[in-house]
Amino acid sequence: MTSFSQASMLLAQQGGQEVVGTGETLAFWVFGPLALAGGLGMIFVRNAVHSALWLVLTMLCLGVLYLLQSAPFLGFTQIIVYTGAVMMLFLFVLMMAGRDSADSMVEVLRGQRLLAALFGVGFAALLVGVLAPSLVSVPAEAPPNPYDPATGGGAGGLGRLIFTEFLFAFELTAALLIVAALAGIVLAYRDRREGPKRSQRELVEARFRGEYKRRSPAPGPGVFATGNSVATPALLPDGSIAPESLSELIESTNTARLIAEHERVLGAGDSHDDARALLGGESEQEGERT
Amino acid sequence: MTSYLAQAQPLSRADVLADDPIWLILIKVVALFGFGVLMTLFMINWERKVVARMQHRTGPNRVGPNGWLQSLADGIKLAFAEEIIPDGADRKVYWLAPVISATPAFVAFSVLPFGPQVSIFGEPTFLQLVDLPVGVLVVLAASAIGVYGIVLGGWASGSPYPLLGALRSAAQVISYEIAMGLSLVAVILYAQSLSTGEIVDAQRNGWFALLLLPSFLIFVVSMVGETNRAPFDLPEAESELVGGFHTEYSSLKFALFFLAEYVNMVVLAGFATTLFLGGYMAPWPLSAIGGGVLNTGWWPILWFVGKMLLFLFLYIWLRGTLPRFRYDQFMRLGWKVLVPANLVWIVMIAGVRAINTSTDVTTGQKVIFGAVAILLIVLLSLLIPERRAEEDDGVPTTGGDYPLPPLDLEVPKLTPRQAAFEKEERRRKRTEVGAGATTSKEADDV
Repeated sequence: MTSFSQASMLLAQQGGQEVVGTGETLAFWVFGPLALAGGLGMIFVRNAVHSALWLVLTMLCLGVLYLLQSAPFLGFTQIIVYTGAVMMLFLFVLMMAGRDSADSMVEVLRGQRLLAALFGVGFAALLVGVLAPSLVSVPAEAPPNPYDPATGGGAGGLGRLIFTEFLFAFELTAALLIVAALAGIVLAYRDRREGPKRSQRELVEARFRGEYKRRSPAPGPGVFATGNSVATPALLPDGSIAPESLSELIESTNTARLIAEHERVLGAGDSHDDARALLGGESEQEGERT
Repeated sequence: MTSYLAQAQPLSRADVLADDPIWLILIKVVALFGFGVLMTLFMINWERKVVARMQHRTGPNRVGPNGWLQSLADGIKLAFAEEIIPDGADRKVYWLAPVISATPAFVAFSVLPFGPQVSIFGEPTFLQLVDLPVGVLVVLAASAIGVYGIVLGGWASGSPYPLLGALRSAAQVISYEIAMGLSLVAVILYAQSLSTGEIVDAQRNGWFALLLLPSFLIFVVSMVGETNRAPFDLPEAESELVGGFHTEYSSLKFALFFLAEYVNMVVLAGFATTLFLGGYMAPWPLSAIGGGVLNTGWWPILWFVGKMLLFLFLYIWLRGTLPRFRYDQFMRLGWKVLVPANLVWIVMIAGVRAINTSTDVTTGQKVIFGAVAILLIVLLSLLIPERRAEEDDGVPTTGGDYPLPPLDLEVPKLTPRQAAFEKEERRRKRTEVGAGATTSKEADDV
């Protein structure tokens, strides 16, 4: 970590000479290929979450490369904003969507592969065409000292530039982002509730006015000496089963359906009308149930 | 190297640290790692003991002196425990998640300044691993990466509860990182630097916790949210999600998650100390002793760790006191309270600073500015609509909504049952006195 601050100071002192230390070279040859591997992994891996993880690797490596270029502010902002926030939101969506839903091989857009290839090649040509001359014809500027904002280095220098020279571009970008965020909210958000949210008291009054089926909450499951499962039904004062306490969810699982069918085939019927079966007294019914 | 650096007269913190030899860096790295692990072992025990005291229990008291080695024993047990990997797990990511979770926590240690310049084996250095011009961002970046561990761990387990915990954690960390980052802005404005060392130096004449109290309070709240601790421990809410993101983890991987959580707590406590409580500087009455001798040498480690323990105790205290937030309440607090309050506060102090630093504003003008601002705030507060009184058509009640007992209520001294019982007692005593002392004992036993 300290190597880049040393390197930056060297560069700041020597004023624009092309000095690349051994540490810097080494780090470049470690993180450069890693970033490339991340990019390739992102494209070729089939699982969507794995793909996102490879992209995270690329972004982290880019952050480290910025650090090496003695741009620590940019480097850490890259890590915080891109890996920390943007990719996290990506992962969030991927996980919500489910892990197996990504591999659809049906092509929805016709001819998209051809178009994508054409645009890709064109973009690559453009990038190379712009960047290649800059490697030879543009002289390297000495990086400003990141510890000294007064000379335009570090976060202080960046802030000064943003709020003076590039204020308009900065404001435009901010406006663009806000419009995008608002558009996202307007397009995606749908208020499902009709009317304002009811307070607890209003809800109670509505219940007693008869707007709901029951006035009280549905009875919870029973708890007996022989079982404390959610599937244990609650008992009414006369010892019969409270039908509302039977969970539909549990009764409709595969196991429950199987047991019910088993009982029907055996001719035992539904044993719920006699709650004493739950007390463990009648052994014949117990035996049939298991 | 030194010939370049020697040109500037007093060597800055960054220059001295950049000049550390490799062996010194290694010593510091190992010391920081050891500190993190030791603090974790200590914290688990301390937490259990303090919470136990708060609940009138004893807490761990079997292993080692007074039970202080309990978490060490637990750690060793965890290392040798059987490892169970669920069938539906994504094995590579499942393996990677605890590592991603624990590593950045330790990385964040590297920018915390533990003390001023000292000399280790004749080599002048600062008690800090590295002083970056953007040290504050390192801690934020580390926590941003650390949450990947939680999210991936929850996803890779291939089970619904951990996944829910992971999703909650992702949303939680993103929203609270914004509140936390905004509360740093005020500190950075006043310290004029993003470097942790310089922020400590800037607090030589007063802690930022006093000067920037709103920022401090927001930071403390978001600090708890950021580390997934009670009352914001929704990603691992035991009563809803079993264990949350680490439900399916066992053995050493589970231990790594635990380690990451506690090291994160320690890091953020140290970070809060650095930003708001004057870092390693001695607190006020002590700093005046001997012309600030307690701010030199190795003493500051004591103050730093002491202040850090204050924050760690706060974590435990909160956990022992507050019930868990509901998820929507938690999000509302973050987005609708902390972030807007922070923005208003930043605009305010930016304005105050702009007025203070500009030279052509006289004191009279400042007073007028202040008066106008206060007047505006008062006028604006009149615009806030009054809360509508709830219409009440029920029976007259007391203030607490309970039915009012009659004013001439006579409370009988004894209920009829008690009266009958007392009468019986009196009768029995009379017969015992008549029967003699030997039978009275038997009567008692009956």
